[in-house]
Amino acid sequence: MNLEQYKDVWVFIECFQGQPKDVGLELLGQGRKLADSLEQKLCAVVIGKDVDTAIKAANDFGADKVYVVQGEEYKDYTSEAYGHAFLKLIHKYRPNTLLIGATIKGRELGSEIAVSLRTGLTADCTALSIEEETGNVVWERPAFGGNLYAQILCSETRPQMGTCRPGVFKKQEKNEKNQAEIIRENIRVDAAYIITKVVDFIKSSDVSGIKLEEAEYIVSGGRGMKNPENFEMLKELADVLGGAVGCSRAVVDAGWMPQTMQVGQTGKTVSPKVYIACGISGAVQHVAGMSSSDTIIAINKDATAPIFEVADYCIVGDLFQVLPELIKEIRLAKNM
Amino acid sequence: MSLMYSNEQKELIALVKEMAENEIKPFVQECDEKGECPRELFKPAFDMGLHMLEIPAEYGGTGLSYETTAMIFEELAKVDAGYAITLVTTFVALRNVILSGTPEQGKYFADVIGKGNFAGFALTEPNAGSDPAAMRGTAVKDGDDYIINASKTFITNGAIASLFVVFAKTKPEAGAKGISAFIVDADAPGIIVGNHENKMGLRLSNTTDLTLENVRVPASSMVGPEGSGFKLALNALNLSRAFVATLAVGIMQRALDEAVKYAKERKQFGEPLIKFQMVQQMLADMAIKTEASRVLVNNTMRLMDNGSLVRKEGSITKAFVSDCAQEVTSNAVQIFGGYGYSKEYPVEKLMRDCKVFQIFEGANQIQRMTIAGVLEKEYK
Amino acid sequence: MNIVVCVKQVPDTTEIKIDPVKNTLIREGVPSIVNPFDKNAIEQALQLKELYGGTVTAISMGPNQAKSSLRIALSMGADKAYLVTDRAFGGSDTYATSYILSKVIEKLGPFDVILGGIQAIDGDTGQTCTSIAEHMGVNRLSYVLDMKMDGDKVVVRRMVEEGVEIVESKLPILVTLTKVSNKPRYATIRGKIDSLKAEIEEIHLTDLPDMDTTKIGLKGSPTRVKATFTPKRQACGEIIELINPKDTAKALVGKLLEAKIL
Repeated sequence: MNLEQYKDVWVFIECFQGQPKDVGLELLGQGRKLADSLEQKLCAVVIGKDVDTAIKAANDFGADKVYVVQGEEYKDYTSEAYGHAFLKLIHKYRPNTLLIGATIKGRELGSEIAVSLRTGLTADCTALSIEEETGNVVWERPAFGGNLYAQILCSETRPQMGTCRPGVFKKQEKNEKNQAEIIRENIRVDAAYIITKVVDFIKSSDVSGIKLEEAEYIVSGGRGMKNPENFEMLKELADVLGGAVGCSRAVVDAGWMPQTMQVGQTGKTVSPKVYIACGISGAVQHVAGMSSSDTIIAINKDATAPIFEVADYCIVGDLFQVLPELIKEIRLAKNM
Repeated sequence: MSLMYSNEQKELIALVKEMAENEIKPFVQECDEKGECPRELFKPAFDMGLHMLEIPAEYGGTGLSYETTAMIFEELAKVDAGYAITLVTTFVALRNVILSGTPEQGKYFADVIGKGNFAGFALTEPNAGSDPAAMRGTAVKDGDDYIINASKTFITNGAIASLFVVFAKTKPEAGAKGISAFIVDADAPGIIVGNHENKMGLRLSNTTDLTLENVRVPASSMVGPEGSGFKLALNALNLSRAFVATLAVGIMQRALDEAVKYAKERKQFGEPLIKFQMVQQMLADMAIKTEASRVLVNNTMRLMDNGSLVRKEGSITKAFVSDCAQEVTSNAVQIFGGYGYSKEYPVEKLMRDCKVFQIFEGANQIQRMTIAGVLEKEYK
Repeated sequence: MNIVVCVKQVPDTTEIKIDPVKNTLIREGVPSIVNPFDKNAIEQALQLKELYGGTVTAISMGPNQAKSSLRIALSMGADKAYLVTDRAFGGSDTYATSYILSKVIEKLGPFDVILGGIQAIDGDTGQTCTSIAEHMGVNRLSYVLDMKMDGDKVVVRRMVEEGVEIVESKLPILVTLTKVSNKPRYATIRGKIDSLKAEIEEIHLTDLPDMDTTKIGLKGSPTRVKATFTPKRQACGEIIELINPKDTAKALVGKLLEAKIL
């Protein structure tokens, strides 16, 4: 394989019901940095039935080119259709690097393409950089539940591939003046080839109000909350701040809160402006999910809790006494 | 701990420990307060096969040795002895029907229990506790049936059992030799289950009065020959005696675990309690009694596995272990101090739970009479 | 229905600590466990067997001690277990590992359903099982909550970020299960005893003659590790600890306003 022939950084813009998911747009930001380092182009890949919103978003968030594959058969994600289309694109255009959001479907797609091409795929990357001498992407990712970080290389094959967690990277500033080159490829998949059918979709009922991944303020509770009823207090604080409530794995394991609220290595990764950890000890698995928050405030009565090693503001005290006061003070500050 | 566990025994104990701590322990405090245990809480035990451990394979059981079964029940008792005794009473009843009854009776009983049901042993009456031969319950022959009239009291599993082994006099004038045993279905007409006893301890164990009013049973439900009931009851007690001792060991071990942990954490006068000699002495004596009890139980189980009737050894074990448990749990509360007296902490329950072990299955005074009786016969 | 479950023995990463001086993982004394999500996969396999009959085979690629994880699968109710082990497999990344497992599954098969957990809690890639599907050319669905047959169709409910999708597909299929998919059963006492005595067959490279050896081991892995490190610890941030909670809260809000965080 002549690695020189492979050029450009590609980012998959995963969509749901015609709308681009944030993760692809976040990855365009990272992709831009890599493309600039390599002095190559940043290209978005849009596959779907209703693609216009995604194409515009890819343009506005900085893509130089947008490859588009459109068709009825791409309305729902299936590995048969999307894998087929992607592989055809890759064979034709030979990208150097491919970034895919580490969503449930994104990870499936990543494995499918990487194995088919016999190339390297690194999962759940939290940081990316370029090795100067080789042009290899250095894929940095957590393992052992967040206790260990590894830097991975895919040095002999192309495209070098990685999936990246939603919420780890931030979207860049929108630039509607950008004029990406739109390249529409007529790649169709025979209906008979697709054996997977999405027959129904049930929206998550416990996603009310602000989604955890998008919240600017997150108030999160751990075992120290003692019982699920006490989460009402966290909800109140979140409402005052205009944010969302999250929780630790221990809380989900105890059956107090649903898994969709879990922040951590096997839950969601979040990077809000403010993350308030209440009664959370701060195990590495949890920290892996929130350490890129701008400001971390921790309230815990145990002064030795590891959460205090990552917190910007550390309150050692009884959260049942501090929180009500905090809510009062913030209401005052906001004139509520 | 002092026994030489085989790999298989270690694995089984670890399995039961995992299940008990995850599925039962979280509910124990609430059940103890309410004095009841919902049936669903027994589902994991039934699913795992804990009700049929040493029942022979041909009756649907696992065919474990008494020794291994006792280890498993000790582990269960660490979480709650009342929960454990519900299962012990069940399999002891079944075991005795298999030992003393016909194969058909054994199969019938085993099939019911195997499905995930409880059994009870209706021996004790208000006037016949330590002296079961004084019972007044009667079983009068009527054609091919017997009609049983009896007032039984302190019956474990009274309200939840599907089957009972009921003891009544077929020949009232013959005293102990006039007692016969019968298998009675819990839904037989004439069975009246009394109120659940509001007990000091073992509150997850269901205990009720049981009244049999003209309960008709077929003659084929008599277990063993007529008049052999007292002997069957004593054999049953031999078995259950050793098993309640293993439960007491579980209670003691739990008490010791909690006390040591607490003594290491709690500081007074600038030091953890465990650094103080009087506390050390208490903990050491607790450990001595727990270990010695465990070894004694284990040896008795091995004798039983070997076919021995353990009349003396069973009594020694039961008396010694239950007396130890009293002291060990009381000292656990002592070490916890004021906190130990509070229901917020786990040790007061252990003290409440173990008192009855000096009383039931033959009061310790009776045990000593039995031992003395055997001693008298042993020396010429 | 013939089902194969991929099982991995992993260190209990919730128990792993980092040596603060050497900045390395402290692995001694950390128990080895069955990857928790793999237990959900085993449970799904057993439920399918209860509904549709057939056999459940557990396979694991790992060193000899991984047999204890296979025994746990047997104790829960799996019918057979195989350990895939060979020095030649060492150093494999997810591509190579999934290739090896796919060859083993081909050899032991054919199977209608291939099950695994969503990820292993040591590697955390979540790639191995879906890669197996691609090597074998079978369809795959991850984060499945439950699955059943409807005629010759397989119908699954699977998680997506936005909710739950109901998806139909055909057998053979690879499915990965997660913690909320089901509650893995405990072994029965009988099952546990039998599993301790069970023979676990080993599968070595020589048992897989059509293995393409350029795709295995370190040499067959398109990715390699450049470096590893433990997460950086930083000095504690600002401690706010005043006598009463009211003052503490006031002070915190004051600082947040000052730093324009609020």
